[in-house]
Amino acid sequence: MMINIVGLAVIALIIWWFWLYKPEQTITDSNEVLIEVKNGVYSPAAIQVNANQSVTLKFLRKDESPCSEILLIPTLDISEQLKLNGVTQIHLSSIPQGEHVFHCQMQMYRGVLTVVKEES
Amino acid sequence: MGKTASEQQLIIEGAGCASCVGKIETALKNTHGVDRAEMNFADRTVLVSGTAETEALITAVESAGYNAKALNDSHGSDGLDEKDAADWAYYKKLIRDTVIALSLGIPLMIYSVLIGEMTVETTTQRIVWLLVGLLTLGVMYFSGRHFFVGAWNSLKNHSANMDTLIALGTGTAWVYSMLVVFIPDVFPLMARHVYFEATAMIIGLIDLGLALELKARGKTSEAIKRLIGLQAKTATVIRDNKEVHIAIDQVLLNDVIKVRPGDKVPVDGVVIEGHTSIDESMLTGEPMPVGKAQDDEVVAGTLNKSGMILFKATRVGKDTALAQIISMVKRAQNSKPPIGRLADVISSYFVPVVMIISVLSALAWLNFGPEPALAFAIVSATTVLIIACPCALGLATPMSVMVGVGKAAEAGVLIRNGEALQTASKITAMVLDKTGTITEGTPKVTDIILANASDEKPVLQLAASLESGSEHPLAMAIVESALDQDVELLKIEGFNAITGMGVEASCEGKALLFGNSKLMAKNEVGIGEYAEKAQTLAKEAKTPMYFAVDGQLTAIIAVADPIKSDSVSAIKRLQANGTRVIMLTGDNKETAAAVANKAGISEFFADVLPEEKANKVQELQEQGEVVGMTGDGINDAPALALADVGFAIGTGTDVAIESADITLMRGSLHGLADAIAVSKATLRNIKQNLFGAFVYNVAGIPFAAGALYPFFGVLLSPVIAGAAMAFSSLTVVSNANRLRLFKAKDH
Repeated sequence: MMINIVGLAVIALIIWWFWLYKPEQTITDSNEVLIEVKNGVYSPAAIQVNANQSVTLKFLRKDESPCSEILLIPTLDISEQLKLNGVTQIHLSSIPQGEHVFHCQMQMYRGVLTVVKEES
Repeated sequence: MGKTASEQQLIIEGAGCASCVGKIETALKNTHGVDRAEMNFADRTVLVSGTAETEALITAVESAGYNAKALNDSHGSDGLDEKDAADWAYYKKLIRDTVIALSLGIPLMIYSVLIGEMTVETTTQRIVWLLVGLLTLGVMYFSGRHFFVGAWNSLKNHSANMDTLIALGTGTAWVYSMLVVFIPDVFPLMARHVYFEATAMIIGLIDLGLALELKARGKTSEAIKRLIGLQAKTATVIRDNKEVHIAIDQVLLNDVIKVRPGDKVPVDGVVIEGHTSIDESMLTGEPMPVGKAQDDEVVAGTLNKSGMILFKATRVGKDTALAQIISMVKRAQNSKPPIGRLADVISSYFVPVVMIISVLSALAWLNFGPEPALAFAIVSATTVLIIACPCALGLATPMSVMVGVGKAAEAGVLIRNGEALQTASKITAMVLDKTGTITEGTPKVTDIILANASDEKPVLQLAASLESGSEHPLAMAIVESALDQDVELLKIEGFNAITGMGVEASCEGKALLFGNSKLMAKNEVGIGEYAEKAQTLAKEAKTPMYFAVDGQLTAIIAVADPIKSDSVSAIKRLQANGTRVIMLTGDNKETAAAVANKAGISEFFADVLPEEKANKVQELQEQGEVVGMTGDGINDAPALALADVGFAIGTGTDVAIESADITLMRGSLHGLADAIAVSKATLRNIKQNLFGAFVYNVAGIPFAAGALYPFFGVLLSPVIAGAAMAFSSLTVVSNANRLRLFKAKDH
């Protein structure tokens, strides 16, 4: 009985950790965000910018795995090959409000750019 | 919408002191679209990043009192050499990791299979297995550290990936085994089993799979490597009346460049001296070399076969056609067709779902399994984690698109994106514009039937001299024909164009008339039995015109826009594949019928005004057809955009190419059949990959969880699961690589 409770608790933890938890966003009013691509993740992976804010995402790829090579932002029709041990810049302006997921081809590396309405 | 920022380098002239640096940088930074401007005073260059146009940057520098020129990007290697070197280093590391892991895993496997049980019953066994456990920990550290670091980072980020599954699977097996070694009494006797061989073997096999996958992936980008390889590394430029050999990125606009036989054309330009034949097959797929003389365009990456030429650079760096093709192919290779979207959705939920299944599987064994239930639970949970392969799902579509788009580019077909690739495979009706698509697009003299003359040349001389006063395309065809035959044009007097009839003039005292039967009737020129001959010509899709000298019919000259030599066979290929082919033309019904008949097309729309072309495409779509539209002109742009897939003939205008989903780099319609064939082959390949990946995971996960145990008493070993997982993604990449053998052209 006990083991079943533990098992169900683990399942609940998985659901909460991966799907329900909203990670803290890196809110930036700067025009540049440096995103490190290393050890299987984008860091930071959750970025928030204001609508009408031009932003340059600078991807610094330190991960030699070929999986990390391609970056896609499907909602903005962007696909870029990331330079290994170098910075690849993606300049974005007039980005529509909402969430723009960026990920590798296999979606194992995932991040989200959230564009919110500017607070007056 | 988004625009990728670029870096541009300018050469600054007139910057004599270090204080100029600040002025120039400030002038550039104040320019709209400039994010950064850094000047290198030592070599008088400035690196500017942002979205500003080069012209705006040059103007800004000039307004600060200096001169600037653009130093263009090199697309010579396009970073491929660095990428190849990095991939090679990573491959060697993976192989080294594999060897370390399998050096421990294979002997342990052999021991477990051939010699003995891997159980902990005696103190000696505890000591031996403790040592083996520590060696396995070494393997996990040296060969599998990247899985654990990746898994930990993902976990911190509330995401899960392939590393998570491998780290959890191998980690669970190792921790369980070490617990058995340290506190065997806690476990039932039958559950005192260690799984160190599984941990070492799984890490080794997955590293090996990754290494082989890396090699196979390299082959998928061969087409783009070949395109990049077409770019010349250096150019011979004439500066100050001297030949200078310079790197390709130093070539400036309007530089005069010398190309010797056997040399590659380094940038795009226009010939200003010399004539030669140029092999453009690498770009267009057109096997015959093309003659080039003064004022003809030459394209970077093509090969000069015979003569020496001088040409003026009109597009350099990233603006050359080759650089743009490379950029377009790269973009398309990374885009996904809609068919891959379901796999994307599944991939994004996959890993946590597998983790949940793994826990459920362990619970099922613990609740309902036979003894040793705990050992069975650990094995099944580990095996579920290890066998699941989100990579196979994630790779299924992009790998095939990568090869398919590259394969199409090799055949001279540029596919804009994955969506166009997928839709092209479903085309049921292909609309072809007549002029310039089915036909050459340039009218030519096809027949000269003499009436009251014995020699063609003097007749052509008079007719061409008369027509030289007209700007009508048909008149131009006659003048062109005379010039081609080195016929000298004579001076004419009293030129008069009679609307709807033809032209009249006098030449060397002779009264000349050139036009249709109405013009002849008006001037009482008898055409007699020649009227019938003219009618026969009209039925052959030619435009016959009467030529009279001093009131007597001298000849009938027929002009036609000839059908391209391979249009008929290309149309047959489309029809043989079940595609409905429809011709669209502004010509009258008779001419349209004649051309359609000659081209082997049974359906056509005649008298279509340019603005009506899009309506015709829409009509077909309303009939349920998936419509491909092929055109070459500005008038075709709306129809190309409206069609499910717009095909532009690459020799046409830039406008048409921009509004097209697929561009045919050579004029031949075989490109259409090639494009559809390669799209179908790619989609078939994607479906095979997706099917394989789905079936593998859908069948593999329950099998790993022990679904077959109640019926056959079989429980999958985690080692077998590791091997299956490692080779599932390799299989996907290898299957995509089969597309490289696809031959689009069977004409």
